[in-house]
Amino acid sequence: MEWIVGLQALLQATVRMAAPLTFTAVGETYGERAGVINIGLEGLMLIGAVTAYAVAFASGSIWLGVLAAGLAAMVFGVLFGVVTITLGANQIVTGAALNLVGLGLSSFIYRAFFGTVTDRAIQPLETVKTPLLSQIPVLGPVLFEQNLLVYAALLLAPLAAWVLNRTMLGLAIRSVGEHPKATATAGLSVIGLRYGAVAFGALLAGVGGAYLSVAYANQFVENMVAGRGFIALAIVVFGRWSPLGALWASLLFGFTFALQLRLQAANIQIAYQFLQILPYVATIVAMILLRGQSAQPKALGVPYTERA
Amino acid sequence: MTTATLSRQTGAALWRNVALPILAILAALLVGALMLTLSGFNVLAAYSALWSGIFGNARNLGEAMMRATPLILIGAGIAIAFRCGIWNIGAEGQFYMGAAAGALIGLSAGDLPVWLSIPAALLFGALCGGLWAAIAGWLKVRLGLNEVVTTIMLNYIAIGIVGYLVTGPMQEASRYNPQTDEIAAGMVLPRLLPGMRVHAGFLLALILPVLAAILLFRTPLGFALRAVGYNPEAALHAGINVNRQYVLAISLSGAAAGIAGAVEVLGVIGRLYENISPGYGFTGIAVSLLAANHPVGTIFSGLLFGALTTGAELMQLTAKIPSAMTFSLQGLIIAFLVSFRAMQGRVWRRG
Repeated sequence: MEWIVGLQALLQATVRMAAPLTFTAVGETYGERAGVINIGLEGLMLIGAVTAYAVAFASGSIWLGVLAAGLAAMVFGVLFGVVTITLGANQIVTGAALNLVGLGLSSFIYRAFFGTVTDRAIQPLETVKTPLLSQIPVLGPVLFEQNLLVYAALLLAPLAAWVLNRTMLGLAIRSVGEHPKATATAGLSVIGLRYGAVAFGALLAGVGGAYLSVAYANQFVENMVAGRGFIALAIVVFGRWSPLGALWASLLFGFTFALQLRLQAANIQIAYQFLQILPYVATIVAMILLRGQSAQPKALGVPYTERA
Repeated sequence: MTTATLSRQTGAALWRNVALPILAILAALLVGALMLTLSGFNVLAAYSALWSGIFGNARNLGEAMMRATPLILIGAGIAIAFRCGIWNIGAEGQFYMGAAAGALIGLSAGDLPVWLSIPAALLFGALCGGLWAAIAGWLKVRLGLNEVVTTIMLNYIAIGIVGYLVTGPMQEASRYNPQTDEIAAGMVLPRLLPGMRVHAGFLLALILPVLAAILLFRTPLGFALRAVGYNPEAALHAGINVNRQYVLAISLSGAAAGIAGAVEVLGVIGRLYENISPGYGFTGIAVSLLAANHPVGTIFSGLLFGALTTGAELMQLTAKIPSAMTFSLQGLIIAFLVSFRAMQGRVWRRG
């Protein structure tokens, strides 16, 4: 029975590691469905991580921290929108700039305000057992014995899928990424819809980053996002631009992160660096396996101008 | 072409390539000032510390040239890739591969004459960096994988491999620290000026961008690369092998980053260890963009960012202001620059 306990712990960690990826990837799915690719997710997550940590540390409330993280990242998302949507600048270049800003700003804020603080730990976000459901063998602890942010991530994906596929708003977002001109002809605001989708995506990236600092590590570490923002980009492609696809892909990547940690802990005879690179190798392998099934929005990355 | 139109064109080019970058730098410094004020720092003290960190004495300038060396080499390579329209975000990993290659030769070729061993180290660095980049190029043209994501993943993988090398097969004889032994003394690149750390690699950083510019703007190959970047479909119709240009461009870009890594090992560090790059590969992207992806321009933007890095380090020492600020400034400079260029484009379209 020992292997069941091991498997259960592994899957529980999988879901825990998947949550920040789910938030970020679902948000980016919305942005990309609206036709805007934001490779600055890594920077946004770092801004979210440091904001959540600083606010939670100062106020004692983790939830206030998460809220602040979402809002702070959203502000940067809107600024990204000003440059790419309103001014029509190249989205890849602007996203790369956003990553640099996020990396520098998060480290700067942390060192400026916490450089001299000695006790930097914050209260961890507690695990909430769902009554009854958590009693189910294996699946119970994996899905129903987690912190509230994990539940939020698991519920977010189906909800986001429903909005995108079954509501007028979702239809408008999808059409603006495929045929912006037609959307404009139908009387909808291309610019407004794109701003909304990008801001929503940035907000979720901020929450994803917040998760890492206040729900996972219980502290901020410089550059702690460690490429998850870029993995989220791959997850959007892997999930074929659908929120539920993003959830499944996040779980897969969460599994590689969890497996990597467990193998390191198990002290097996493989250099730990090879375990550390597992999620990144898995990203490339997954992209190879799923290649050619592109459901990429037609207007992705193309700035919209009325006269064009 | 009359003299008047010629001077108007020169004026527009000057405006676009000199005035707008300067405006972007000023705007970024302004936002930086806001950041400092909000964090309770004295802006004047901070920026004067930054200034004297750069121009305070000749030694600082030499330090800036040393910092600029890898940035220019990487930036000039990235300019080639970006001109061809392939988004190489993987210079960091290519730098690490080049550094590992340079260290390998540096550790094993000490008995060879210097005129052979140093070029061998640089060439092997170029080869490893180039091949590492070629993986992403190949994945793009053969399997259709987005190079932005693959190059970034390859960064983490390269850093992991170097981490393995310096704790495993290449670790120092004493097995104490996660690093290699020092490279052969004869292979250390000579210093250019007494009392300064700037080394012969800086000369390479002055030559390589010129060669890259000649390749891009004066050869049929460069024309084909730029044609693909300008409009891949038109290039295809014109009979250009688009896929080959993509792989070639990213490989050349990776080779330049690989040389930068080897030069850093031979010229500055003298050995290989885990975190040899403070984000050179990412700053190199900003260096290329600030230079409007013109290789020769990267000499200037590379020197600027090199100076910014040195200045910020001294600012941290003297004024206790976190040097991480430089990353933000770099990002802001690029964000403002693309914004200004886009605004200018809109004004032109309207006018």
